[in-house]
Amino acid sequence: MAEIRVRNLHKAFADFVAVRDSSFTVRDGEFFCLLGPSGCGKTTTLRMIAGLELPTSGTIELAGRDVTFNRAGERDIAFVFQLFALYPHMNVRENIGFPLKCMGMKRAGIATRVEEAARILRISHLLDSRVSGLSGGDRQRIALGRAIVREPAAFMMDEPLGALDAEFRHLMCGELRGLHDRLKATTVYVTHDQMEAMAMADTIAVMNRGIIEQYATPQEIYDRPASLFVADFIGSPPMNLLSFTGALAPGARAVRLDGAAVGVPELREGVEERPLVLGVRPEHVRFAEAGALRGEVYGTEYLGTTQIVTLKTPAGPLKARVPSTVAVKPGERIGLDFRADRLSLFDAASGRALRTALHDPAPRHAASHQVRRGGSHG
Amino acid sequence: MPGLSTAHSVVEPSALSKRIAQGIVILYALLTMIPLAWILLTGFKTPPDSISYPPKLVFQPSLEGYCNLFTTRSRQTPEYIAGLPPAEGMCDEIARSRNMVVAGPSKFVPRFVNSLVIAFTSTLLAVGLGTLAAYGFSRFRVPLADDLLFFILSTRMMPPIAVAIPIYLMYRELGLSDTKLGMILLYTAVNVSLAVWLLKGFIDEIPREYEEAAMIDGYTRLQAFRKVVLPQAATGIAATAIFCLIFAWNEYAFAVLLTSGEAQTTPPFIPFIIGEGGQDWPAVAAATTLFVIPIFVFTILLRKHLLRGITFGAVRK
Repeated sequence: MAEIRVRNLHKAFADFVAVRDSSFTVRDGEFFCLLGPSGCGKTTTLRMIAGLELPTSGTIELAGRDVTFNRAGERDIAFVFQLFALYPHMNVRENIGFPLKCMGMKRAGIATRVEEAARILRISHLLDSRVSGLSGGDRQRIALGRAIVREPAAFMMDEPLGALDAEFRHLMCGELRGLHDRLKATTVYVTHDQMEAMAMADTIAVMNRGIIEQYATPQEIYDRPASLFVADFIGSPPMNLLSFTGALAPGARAVRLDGAAVGVPELREGVEERPLVLGVRPEHVRFAEAGALRGEVYGTEYLGTTQIVTLKTPAGPLKARVPSTVAVKPGERIGLDFRADRLSLFDAASGRALRTALHDPAPRHAASHQVRRGGSHG
Repeated sequence: MPGLSTAHSVVEPSALSKRIAQGIVILYALLTMIPLAWILLTGFKTPPDSISYPPKLVFQPSLEGYCNLFTTRSRQTPEYIAGLPPAEGMCDEIARSRNMVVAGPSKFVPRFVNSLVIAFTSTLLAVGLGTLAAYGFSRFRVPLADDLLFFILSTRMMPPIAVAIPIYLMYRELGLSDTKLGMILLYTAVNVSLAVWLLKGFIDEIPREYEEAAMIDGYTRLQAFRKVVLPQAATGIAATAIFCLIFAWNEYAFAVLLTSGEAQTTPPFIPFIIGEGGQDWPAVAAATTLFVIPIFVFTILLRKHLLRGITFGAVRK
């Protein structure tokens, strides 16, 4: 098993930059997700780690070895493709055993390892079938079997669940994470689906336009999005982004949103008068008659225990996640209250999150973060 | 289950329309086979039967056409023939009944061998080079790939015979006139553009993840190409090979122009048969029958691939 270190990785295709100066480390045994919209460079990054693309500049280290320009076959990794890439001219057993055959292993050894992999993935009964007639889920398991059979230093997975239907994808999420917990293999997993990333990853790198916008745990990314892009990309429905213009002094504890004072985490930096954005998660909105900001109910989506209420406010449309027991009618005017300690502030021009008591990367506050997080989630 | 279902299906044709369709296909097949059948029959007629009017459908079969095809004969006086020892073999017998004696084997067999060597070698080369080039165009970022592909295709835009005279002069200078090598090179050059274009389509359809998976598992690109891409592309390669072979086998214009002796192929040889001592249609028909057989066999052998090949890519699996 191995640690993967990526340093200043850069990839340009002619005049298009796919990956811009990215650095990150995947710790030994970690399940790491590259998350982002299509075209953000996540697959290119993965393919460079795997050796299917060569970087324009930068280095890739695998288990302490510089493999930046090594051939894919010399990196001791396994790759699971979105479309599985099972060889149609081979049966299941031959497909799973193929990597071992490539390595020149003896036939008896291959048979043992293939059966072991099939047992782990519960596909022993399929070993002698042809791959063409099998369901998406079975093909996915065979593709995983082909990856685990060689016991590689690391797994690369490129949207491996993308071709499955929604219900099965959910099931496979659980299986994949279970498999990871058992094998403890370093895994780099590429997806555009935040639910998959949130459900499985130890660490997520959110990518946009070739840049890693944030590299953190799922919890951290959800609670403290580092940029407007991350705030908007993560969460379903995403974070409400309310635009306003204002100047803020260090230590400020409120912002003025369209005349209404809204409490925010204590500012740790000051900004001059400029366009700003207040980020509010739907679940941090409460209905309160005393609320400074008021909105008109536009529509509701019923989700069982909770409902999503869309409101029109002077600062823009806003979605609130409230218990289904709260009765609201379209057209009704409601006072709104936000959970002040959970709000984010962004600079509209750069997209950067402002430093506040909630958002503070400064080391001297790290300890207090830990304490507070422990208290609120433990 | 046609017996159980009485409802009309929107997608499944009814039994009656299937019958009608079958009837039309059979009729058309018979119609297109009449010339071939006529050639086959004519090959077994005697020369007088072959030109009789109205044409004879029922006749005494004879191997005179085949004998005339494989031998050269000389005309002799009946007295000379009477003085010869008894005829050796059937062909000699037939020749003597026409006041001739067999002088030796004809050039048909060497010409036929020329055709086989030239057509199959050039097909092999065109398909081999075409597969490699198509793979390159399909998988790598080739600079100016579109322009190069257009250039390759553009070699087929002009009727080949339009460049016949420059090629004739060039071949004479290079000493390639009337050589098998010259004909192989020419047919390969003409076919390789077709092969690149056809095969690029087939290889584009093979997901590149197949090779990438194999390369991650330790194969080099060349091994991945051989062990993974080639088996997947077999259908396309077979279809392309048939098209190339049919062209090289049937090509007439360049063969007439560039070959006369050593390297002459069968197509320009067949008209020669007509000229020797009257119009020997049975011998021409015999040559044509034998000429069709290799393509016929090759197509039958590859027909499974061919059918899948020409409809490949029309419907995504």
